[in-house]
Amino acid sequence: MIKNNYQLVVIGGGPAGLAGAITAYENGLSNILIIERNEQLGGILQQCIHNGFGLHLFKEELTGPEYAARWIQQLNDKKITIMLNTTVIDINENKEMTIVNETGLTHICAERILLAMGCRERTRGAILTPGYRPAGIFTAGLAQKLVNIYGYLPGQEIVIVGSGDIGLIMARRLTLERAKVKLITEIMPYSSGLIRNIVQCQEDFMIPLRYNTTITKICGQDRVTGVMIANVDKDRKPIKETEEFISCDTVLFSVGLIPENELSQKIGISIDPITKGPIVDQNLETSVPGIYACGNVLHVHDLVDNVSSEAKRAAMSMINKTNKPILINVSFDKNIRYVVPQKLTNLNINELILSFRVKNVYRQAMISVKSNDMVIYSQKKHIMTPGEMIQIKLISKQLEMIKDDLFLSIEVNKNE
Amino acid sequence: MNKELTCINCPIGCHLIIELDQDQKPIQVTGNRCIKGKEYAIQELSEPKRMLTTTMRVINGEKPLVSVRTSIPIAKDLIFQVMDIIDNTKLKAPIMIGDILIPNILRSNVDIIATSNNKLAINHLDK
Repeated sequence: MIKNNYQLVVIGGGPAGLAGAITAYENGLSNILIIERNEQLGGILQQCIHNGFGLHLFKEELTGPEYAARWIQQLNDKKITIMLNTTVIDINENKEMTIVNETGLTHICAERILLAMGCRERTRGAILTPGYRPAGIFTAGLAQKLVNIYGYLPGQEIVIVGSGDIGLIMARRLTLERAKVKLITEIMPYSSGLIRNIVQCQEDFMIPLRYNTTITKICGQDRVTGVMIANVDKDRKPIKETEEFISCDTVLFSVGLIPENELSQKIGISIDPITKGPIVDQNLETSVPGIYACGNVLHVHDLVDNVSSEAKRAAMSMINKTNKPILINVSFDKNIRYVVPQKLTNLNINELILSFRVKNVYRQAMISVKSNDMVIYSQKKHIMTPGEMIQIKLISKQLEMIKDDLFLSIEVNKNE
Repeated sequence: MNKELTCINCPIGCHLIIELDQDQKPIQVTGNRCIKGKEYAIQELSEPKRMLTTTMRVINGEKPLVSVRTSIPIAKDLIFQVMDIIDNTKLKAPIMIGDILIPNILRSNVDIIATSNNKLAINHLDK
């Protein structure tokens, strides 16, 4: 029994869902529903109280809540239905959903669905850290929520595992709130965080950051009493002789993010094993017609501006959708980890944005895009790092040159 | 005398070398690839400034905290003194985004402003 039929249901009211719903409304879709499981819109932005958001889209350095407010404000004059505290518990390829909130269960169906569920943090289990399970172990994002939303300090003496941006930002934030961040460990020889965050942690707050170092054990039975750390060899395996004990009462894990695709899997959407997000075409349409994906549920982004832009593109393409006469695969060389979109089904488009990540740090290297052995795009980059998502834009003149499957490569300068 | 800094403007992270005279005034910046690096080095040596973002307690709001920031970057040396004042101030709801919560903190010509809303708690209205 289906109660409501929507032209568009957006699952998730974070930056991707908001930009997608607003763009779809502005371009003619009506009867739009946003489903959000939290008690407010904005997603993770609400706890990201630091600044640096919106530089590309608004030409300002906003804080997370301010960036969210810019979008939420745009809902005011639009007839878009919002359901907060609401979870999608079942969904199928016919775009029928069962949702639950305080009014009980409701069945709805949609002509189109935009998946915008975001991502979640990898935990201690994901990197197989041995030891006890005492109190005092958190993911960096959970600690961020405790400090910035609820006003609790998770501990006094802290070791942070992983030097991604969330870990670095929390190191700074906890120091500001008078906790002692004793160490940040990073298993790789470089950080995936922004230079700004690394330099500010080390130089403004004197927080030590140790590369090629991992945590080998968490100690303590009721509460964390410390961690064992060790240097790693070139295969990233701990070197036993270098093991040392660091006392602390709290361990934070900042070890990566995974797109949250349980619903996508329920629908039967094909998932890319590398991005852990849906396989999409140039329209950001998944393997199930009428279901689109954008933002961190598609692949993990570093900049929220790129999430919003991607959501806009998804919304525009669901309105301007054309049929699928062709199939072009997007493949890449060993220096590249993934490319989104994974396939193209129509070349009659104005522009195509390819988003990708590289596997290592490359300096003075060349990005090249080939089709049928013909170079249709190339660009030299000063630096590319695994932590930075790279986007290139092909315009119609270049798209006309696509005759066969696309191949992306990074041509490394041997002298560097 | 030379001073060294890492530029934070972009992912390249240029290694800046600043040549100083006897009065610790910068004479020349090298190692930068663009003008932003030079500007950063000079600002950083004369008066390093940072945007401060944190939270403040709210006593009768629908949420326990409100997120805040400095209106403009503030002298780095003042940050922990500003945190002391912020941590010892309790605010009353409602608070709207952009509200000035502490004007001219420590006579720095910098205000502390709200970056989110915090409405009056519903149970508070009932009373």
